[in-house]
Amino acid sequence: MPNYSWPPMESRKQIGKRYRRVDGIEKATGRAKYNSDLNKPGMLFAAMLTSPYAHAKVRSIDTSQAEKMPGVTAVRVVAPAGTELQWVSQEIAFVSATSEEVARDAVRAIKVDYEVLPHVVREEDLSKVADRAKPAGEQVTGDPDKAFREAEVISEGMYGIPVLTHCCLEPHGQVVEWKGDQINYWPSTQNVTNIGPDLAKNLGVPATQVKVHMDHIGGGFGSKFPADRWGVECANLSKASGGRPVKLFLDRATELNIAGNRPSAFAKIRLAAKKDGTIIGWESSSWATGGMSGGGMPPIPYVFVNIPNRRMNHTAVMTNCGPLRAWRAPNHPQASFLTCSAIEDLAAKLGLDPMEVFAKNMQWVAEARRDSYLAQLKKAAEMSEWSKRWHRRGDSGPGPIKRGMGIGICTWGGLGHASNCRVTIHPDGSVIVELGSQDLGTGTRTVIAQVVAETLGLPLESIKVNLGDNSYPPSNPSGGSTTVGGVSSSSRIAAVNALEKLFEKVAPALGAQPDQLEAVDGKIQVKGNPSKNLLWGAACKKLGVQSISEMGTNDPRNPRGLNTQGVAGIQVADVSVDTETGVVTMNRMVAVQDCGLVINPRLAESQVYGACIMSICGALMEERIMDAKTGRVLNPDMEFYKLAGIGDIGEILVDLHITPENDKRGVIGLGEPPTVGGIAAIANAVANAIGVRVPTVPLTPNRVLAALQERRA
Amino acid sequence: MQAFEYANPATLQEAVAMLGSSWGEADILAGGTDLISLMKDYIHTPKRVVNIKGLKELQGITKTATGLRIGAVVTFDEVAESPLIRSEYPSIVQAVLGVASPQIRNMGTVGGDLCQRNRCWYFRQGFGTLGKDKDGTSLPPIGENRYHAIFPKGDAYFVSASSLGPPLIALGAKVKIAGPSGSREIPVEELFVVPTSNKGREVSLAPNEILTEILIPSARGVRNATYEVRHKQALDWPLATASVALRMKGSTVASAKIVLGHVGPTPVIATEAEALLAGKALTPDLAAEAGKVAVNGAKPLSGNEYKVQLTRVAVKRALMEAMKARA
Repeated sequence: MPNYSWPPMESRKQIGKRYRRVDGIEKATGRAKYNSDLNKPGMLFAAMLTSPYAHAKVRSIDTSQAEKMPGVTAVRVVAPAGTELQWVSQEIAFVSATSEEVARDAVRAIKVDYEVLPHVVREEDLSKVADRAKPAGEQVTGDPDKAFREAEVISEGMYGIPVLTHCCLEPHGQVVEWKGDQINYWPSTQNVTNIGPDLAKNLGVPATQVKVHMDHIGGGFGSKFPADRWGVECANLSKASGGRPVKLFLDRATELNIAGNRPSAFAKIRLAAKKDGTIIGWESSSWATGGMSGGGMPPIPYVFVNIPNRRMNHTAVMTNCGPLRAWRAPNHPQASFLTCSAIEDLAAKLGLDPMEVFAKNMQWVAEARRDSYLAQLKKAAEMSEWSKRWHRRGDSGPGPIKRGMGIGICTWGGLGHASNCRVTIHPDGSVIVELGSQDLGTGTRTVIAQVVAETLGLPLESIKVNLGDNSYPPSNPSGGSTTVGGVSSSSRIAAVNALEKLFEKVAPALGAQPDQLEAVDGKIQVKGNPSKNLLWGAACKKLGVQSISEMGTNDPRNPRGLNTQGVAGIQVADVSVDTETGVVTMNRMVAVQDCGLVINPRLAESQVYGACIMSICGALMEERIMDAKTGRVLNPDMEFYKLAGIGDIGEILVDLHITPENDKRGVIGLGEPPTVGGIAAIANAVANAIGVRVPTVPLTPNRVLAALQERRA
Repeated sequence: MQAFEYANPATLQEAVAMLGSSWGEADILAGGTDLISLMKDYIHTPKRVVNIKGLKELQGITKTATGLRIGAVVTFDEVAESPLIRSEYPSIVQAVLGVASPQIRNMGTVGGDLCQRNRCWYFRQGFGTLGKDKDGTSLPPIGENRYHAIFPKGDAYFVSASSLGPPLIALGAKVKIAGPSGSREIPVEELFVVPTSNKGREVSLAPNEILTEILIPSARGVRNATYEVRHKQALDWPLATASVALRMKGSTVASAKIVLGHVGPTPVIATEAEALLAGKALTPDLAAEAGKVAVNGAKPLSGNEYKVQLTRVAVKRALMEAMKARA
């Protein structure tokens, strides 16, 4: 049985190195081709007719004008007469034409008669949603009534976090060419291996007919797994247009309306506690929406899952809004915000340092992570200069600018997904690695190259990594922070297997047994006798004309110690608030985040930076704004759907909590957890700065000033 | 975007002749930062687009006997970099740098800034200049109005989007306008009008007129500054701005001009605050008092009362900034 284990920390040559991403230059210079950049010969453009109403029935639809327009090649109706439309921008018809302009003009020439129906699009005031509220029933653990009776202090608050959209910079979409029994499919996807079968199923053709290719993706965040209506209709339009390739990428407004969102979460929370900050009871009544499916209860109390006496009620609210999709750590940022806000309010009520209150309540955290959290709280305090900068709630310093500090917390799984990898060593010594996986911009290509280079004793540049094609061995979608564990393990196993084969070929020439050989520094050598060696090139010549091609599989049921799950993380925010304008400025964000064995600390840190920036957006700016009367999203754009720019970010400090103990756990996914705690940390920091809780994020000047005014009144 | 005819006239006269006699026939293209998105959203569907970017008459920043002339197609970036402007008109430079996107500063023109359409989300989603529903209901006051006017006028609840309007008015600037029967000059404040119909426009130009030049009097001895309150530091619309121009007599204010931006359908001249300052030495307390007076008469909507406070602060801070500026 070959030894697949990761080499010991101290002897690693490639794993753990801070390489820049291998496709960085290509991306930075614009040479990297995203599928939305594709421009195939003879390509047609498609456009969509979508609903202008949040709730309406299609009485009739007439496409005759559109069909007659010069340049139009096909029109397909997906919401025929009688269809009930449930949200603005829901798909009604698709048109392909020789140019995007013609396609859009043709869409406008389609006549639809709508019967407009009543809608509900706002959920923040539960008393106004009428029959759209679906109570999920009460969950009780322990004896909450007794806990609240016996509590030395009861703290309560109301907190809200709105619906966000994914706002992928590369919108959803694809180019499809359906010619005869071959479908060439170039989507923007997190799911290279399985999106082909999804498209095939929707088209009623065998999966074998769909060839998928994607080199790069401009953001997915959990919203780009299925083929979607627009993928299916893009294929149908291609077929109806004689097999010409058809391009359909959503425009920004449609992207923000229907290509996914993160559900909201509102909650009234009461905590029962002792004077020393120990929580003994939790009561929450929460509600959320993510469109017509409602919105589930975030996992509260978050992280402090063993708070002994709990009563929880949740109500899902069905709104006529675009449907939710997984959003980077689904429901965790909401849960962290609700929980950490409530704990910070408790600490403030008791006049205690929240660092101490968080630490005190670590008794309620899953035992496996408890020590990690305690160590991370210490580290985060040190990095954020907590003892020097933290003060009791309300900065009493002079002037209108108030400074404050706050804590947020996260947890996540991150077990490696099912992944297959093929490593091929050619007789000329070149090495190619193939996986039907995808690099979401996280650095997956680079990490795989490092693993294989480490295993084969070669420099990074000599490993060619091919991803993004469904002709490569299947690998699961990139969701749930499962990719790095899956692909690093499958490529480690494949590389070890290939190396074993090479050893068999080379052993006679070195007068040794295969199991006595090792691959180090570009040579195959005899263990303990390195002078007996062959350079890599010479060794591979022994293959004659036959390449070695070996598979490696990561099976999540038995990851062989290469990857695992379960992480902890602490984030601390340091903000300044202009109390005259309500404008919040980020001074610093500290993220202490463990993720097991770190293959490339630079890229891992980069993940955390990006996650912190997303948290800053969510805490201070991002919000889907719905109009009650028209039922529309009022900001489906990059103008009033606000995202942070460089000037809004401040300093970000990251610590990956790399320790021998964490390293021994193996690789753990990192994409999601650092996105979780930041909103809570920033909201708590603002409360600490200005002396009052701003109940709802994002913390806009409007809301900050309102909270300050309420405190004065 | 609806198909259109593209015209690239060689002279100003030709350009004017290519415009239509009613709105909707032709649109003027300079930087295109607003027009292109209006056309892509089918808010504007001109039959003809007339490019004026190449017209020599509309270019350049030059000194005149009484001050400065800025051609209408001069970009924000050219303004920000101009030594002539930087030396005397910090309020203009601050307003221009408030447009915090190098891409827009590179393309956007000063004429375009003054003539751009409003950013009300109801207007931009096809509900007309005033944002009215099919049944004639004004949507902003009953809907989402956090970025709307605290000084609405008539049915106009949007805010003027212009960054340069407030400082130009404060500095006493004029604009030159060319039309079929020659050219005319009007003070900048008369360029901005309150539309009364849902198809109306935000400026007093006729459909066949072109704004050609901005004429600014010398600001020697005039302390001037612009302060904008923005939610984001990166590209974002101001929530409220104030531009001030103070003519000093020793250490007292001889006369003040205070103009508020992004709070009304036109820039709003804060005459009460101006009067308050006249003849007084400017102190932080007086600046704060001017801020308070400046919002007298504000009629905030259901969701934008905070802008009243922001306007107070913008006035106060613009005044304090002006006192720091070189006279």
